[in-house]
Amino acid sequence: MERILFGDNQFFAVNHISDEKSRAQSIKFREDSAIVKTLDDARSLGVNTFMCTTHDRIANICAIIRQEPEKYRDFKIFPCMPYAHKYANAVTELGIAGTLKQYVPGNFIGSMFKGGMAFLSKDYLSIMELLVDSEMKMFRGINTPVIFLQNVITDLLLGLRAYEVLAAFYHYVKRKHNAEAGFITMNMPKLLDALESQGIENPIICSSINKVGFRMSGGKEIYEETLKNRKLRAIAMQVLGGGAIAPKEALEYVCELPNIESILFGASSKANIQNTVETIRHFDGAPSNA
Amino acid sequence: MGISHLSILGAHPNVEVVGVCDTSKMVNDFLSRYGKFTCFTDYKKMLADVKPDAVVVAVPTKFHYSMIKDLLESGVHIFAEKPFCLTATQGEELVKLAAQKKVVNQIGYHNKFIGTFGEVKRLIKEGALGQVYHFVAESYGPVVIRPKQDTWRSDPKEGGGCLLDYASHVIDLINDILAPVKSVKGSLLKSIYSTTVEDAVYSLVELQNNVSGVLSVNWSDETHRKMTTSVTIEGTKGKIISDANELKVYFKDAGTPAGYNKGWTVKYITDLTPQVDFYLRGEEYSAQLDYFVDAVAGKVPNTINTFQSAWYTDKAIELIKQSVN
Ligand SMILES: NC(=O)c1ccc[n+]([C@@H]2O[C@H](COP(=O)([O-])OP(=O)(O)OC[C@H]3O[C@@H](n4cnc5c(N)ncnc54)[C@H](O)[C@@H]3O)[C@@H](O)[C@H]2O)c1
Repeated sequence: MERILFGDNQFFAVNHISDEKSRAQSIKFREDSAIVKTLDDARSLGVNTFMCTTHDRIANICAIIRQEPEKYRDFKIFPCMPYAHKYANAVTELGIAGTLKQYVPGNFIGSMFKGGMAFLSKDYLSIMELLVDSEMKMFRGINTPVIFLQNVITDLLLGLRAYEVLAAFYHYVKRKHNAEAGFITMNMPKLLDALESQGIENPIICSSINKVGFRMSGGKEIYEETLKNRKLRAIAMQVLGGGAIAPKEALEYVCELPNIESILFGASSKANIQNTVETIRHFDGAPSNA
Repeated sequence: MGISHLSILGAHPNVEVVGVCDTSKMVNDFLSRYGKFTCFTDYKKMLADVKPDAVVVAVPTKFHYSMIKDLLESGVHIFAEKPFCLTATQGEELVKLAAQKKVVNQIGYHNKFIGTFGEVKRLIKEGALGQVYHFVAESYGPVVIRPKQDTWRSDPKEGGGCLLDYASHVIDLINDILAPVKSVKGSLLKSIYSTTVEDAVYSLVELQNNVSGVLSVNWSDETHRKMTTSVTIEGTKGKIISDANELKVYFKDAGTPAGYNKGWTVKYITDLTPQVDFYLRGEEYSAQLDYFVDAVAGKVPNTINTFQSAWYTDKAIELIKQSVN
């Protein structure tokens, strides 16, 4: 994975702090071309990996990228699935059964609900596989070397102790999509235990890692210890602690931690992207190559 | 909702989940197969078989009253989802029974565990705004954004509708921060996409401390990605505007509480939220269950989100219904 990954929250009005800021961003990125322009800005600064949810609009972005294979030859996308709001809204409207019927392709679910037959474990895993495939459709023809499970699902399964389902995702993504599985979580140390218990070694885990301990469940110390002493390919997100830390101080902290393979960040202006990229390269001790 | 509570409790170091009850075969099969939970379809059988210390009730609202009543009779501690009951009469009976049985009782109004709203309450209780003369309590989100609807949320007899299911959160917040609703001057319940229930609630209310204000709630508003709740409170010394992320406070004069200036001060949830041990969908969801578990263990008093406080909200909902003509 590249050292710096570019995120998508700014495009979809997911600002964790201010609703007003979210609204301004949603106006700014109303047109798909504005998103593509920002991705091009990031690429021009050497950031070639875009980590994004499987939001409907990403399908449009993928279509644009497919049209210019030369231009986007080195470009990679790390899809993060599922886009949970889509399903959450569906569950309130249609119920769990209705949602599955709507989103799982084919007649699979319909036939399963009929007659109230017992679910076999392979049925649950088949549902998971069908959902992964349907979310991956929009990325056809695009390089997606890592596929992530979103934290809502990762952490739900973690709390339910359904570690086997996490492992099944890991193996399926490898087998069917020829990609490495990644997990987004708000409970990194606990997740690592769970994955290791399933025989998964050195997993890719993306979690909040920041100087103020924001969303580092169980406390910053146990995260730091885990990074120091255990085997994982860590991605740090929310490095600014939801806006609580000045960028320079925030990036210095993360760059000095051991074992952080990549840093995920998002920004909507070229100046902010440049500033972040240069700051990370500065603390990494490399000459900035703007 | 139940699945998310179960996940948080499953990860809780001080909790052993001894049983799960759901009428859905699909849910039970999944939970017993992957989570190794002991599953039941009848909660009475679960009570008898596994004898829990405490039970979390997260079934559709129409079942709350009868289930909570049975649970109270058997003397277990109870955390139940909001809204409490379908009528104030039912709730009153359960409040009394809970007091008699001396069990810990809590309702899932999670906004009480959000740092910004907690700070608003603190400022109000210490009188920082002077004489409060007006409030606006708002909640918007995209629950029903199309005509077709066929779940219990579209049936008024089962606890459906924006008032009971959605507006209850912000009414409960006002009850807690300012005072319980005393009377309702008038309300508009509007159906936007639904045919059987209201999708929006606009109401003029007066509280027990004689402060009056406006309630404005709409669950058919897709300009919000998810439920957005906010309160604005105006007083002789200043004004507070707060949502779950950001707290903005204006003071007319110097002599403000510590940490605030004359003019505007803005605080963020990140400064006001304590860390949790397991995070699923917001610190508040974990924090409310931590609080319940601690109350059962006798480590904290059972004073936040009691049945009694949730009953005030049920009562306010009834007053709002009666004020529509
Ligand atoms: N605090 C919040 O923000 C919040 C959010 C959503 C729901 N809720 C509340 O939680 C409660 C449940 O809502 P939901 O959306 O999860 O409902 P739901 O329709 O998804 O039902 C929850 C579960 O209860 C099971 N169930 C139904 N009847 C049962 C019975 N008699 N015995 C055992 N299990 C039964 C269902 O199979 C389902 O798995 C409601 O009171 C709702 O108002 C609160």
